[in-house]
Amino acid sequence: MLSQLWAIVQRDLLSEWRAREVVIGMLVMALLTLLVFNFAFDLTGAQRVASGSGAFWVAVVFATLLGFGRATALERQEGAWEGLLLSPVERPVIFLAKLVSMLSFVVVVEAVALVVMAVLFGLPVFRSGVLVVLALGTLGLCTLGTLFSVMTAQAKAREVLLPALLFPLAIPVVISAVRGTVLELSGFSAEAAPWKSLLGGFVVLFFSLSLVTFGAVAEE
Amino acid sequence: MTRPPTETGTSDPYLEVEGLVKRYGWKTALAGVSFAVYPGECFLVLGPNGAGKSTLLRLLAGVVRPSAGRIAWFGRDAMPVPLDVRARLGVVMHRTMLDPELSVQENLHYFARLYRVSEAASRIREVVVLLGIEERLHERVRQLSRGYQQRVALARALLHRPSVLLLDEPDTGLDQASRRRLVALVREHCAHGGAVIMTTHAQELGIEVATKAVYLERGRVLWSARDAGELREALAGSASLVAV
Repeated sequence: MLSQLWAIVQRDLLSEWRAREVVIGMLVMALLTLLVFNFAFDLTGAQRVASGSGAFWVAVVFATLLGFGRATALERQEGAWEGLLLSPVERPVIFLAKLVSMLSFVVVVEAVALVVMAVLFGLPVFRSGVLVVLALGTLGLCTLGTLFSVMTAQAKAREVLLPALLFPLAIPVVISAVRGTVLELSGFSAEAAPWKSLLGGFVVLFFSLSLVTFGAVAEE
Repeated sequence: MTRPPTETGTSDPYLEVEGLVKRYGWKTALAGVSFAVYPGECFLVLGPNGAGKSTLLRLLAGVVRPSAGRIAWFGRDAMPVPLDVRARLGVVMHRTMLDPELSVQENLHYFARLYRVSEAASRIREVVVLLGIEERLHERVRQLSRGYQQRVALARALLHRPSVLLLDEPDTGLDQASRRRLVALVREHCAHGGAVIMTTHAQELGIEVATKAVYLERGRVLWSARDAGELREALAGSASLVAV
């Protein structure tokens, strides 16, 4: 099972390394968003932390959405997705592999975006508390994205359908992540703890639901 | 892999299909198709565009679920198709199912891992020689012509030594030499007790390999042929068809 999971992840990473069609698009989207927010808001006052956190998560959400759309389209192009579904691989393994692949892409984008955010907004982003919130928020977003990108892949208006389905469900994840990031960046780790717990709860809930429903979602 | 008896009809069927129906919204793609495929048979599915041939193969492969009817693979109900059954099917659809950014070897190695093929390297060598693609092994799939891509797709389908090959227009893009190779490959597979279920628009190819056939039109079986002789007559416009 692990060998199959790793085979899928390796293929996804190698394919993206050669084509560079998903990550480059995500990076451009994330950096443009940060740049626009940097010029749009006053970064000298007390709102710097809130603006920076908001800008960062907007950038991550948009980039993730773009990445899922592109990755799904590429996977369907030559029927590689069908090839995967026809193979004797358990559906939860396919889900986990696709989640790991997408997480890898998003982590690369986030790493660059964090550095840019640190420079543009002058925030201490590389704190352990911030990174924990970032990890949980990213996992929550990617879990939902993996499920819904497969669910909408066959639909005619999938570019519209994916955000329409993903955004409402991702709201609790994004709100918790933004609040957690703001508090961690402000140095209030104790106050950030409930938000991190909430975020963790959503991640566990969405992950469990996705794991169970992915098989049915993937097949038609 | 243990091979089943090779004489047609003397053992349990690999596949039984009863009253298979597939609807997409208001449109009925398949309207009650029934047949059985035994070890050693090459079952041909003929029909014009939009007759439901590809839909039938996609249902058999388990890519889509039927609206009604029954599919039994190897004596077991297969809706959805269980993993052990998937491991015994080799499927070639319209699209190659290959990753265009990966080389031929990387693609085959990837599928060998998904299908847990033992001694993958030597098996990959066997199939690439069989399909005549050994000199293109390290080229990326997107750099290959459609014909070569189709040969790689066939190699992928054979990689895990499947009992049944589901081939949807496998001759697409193939030149004459490759078609001859395909005919030999299908005959060889059936001679060793495997079965092939194939759609094609190339009637001469069908006649060369088929042992049984059905002709679909608008999702219904218009006629069926019980052997190669009947198929030849049917395609020649003879009256000796089996009305269904």
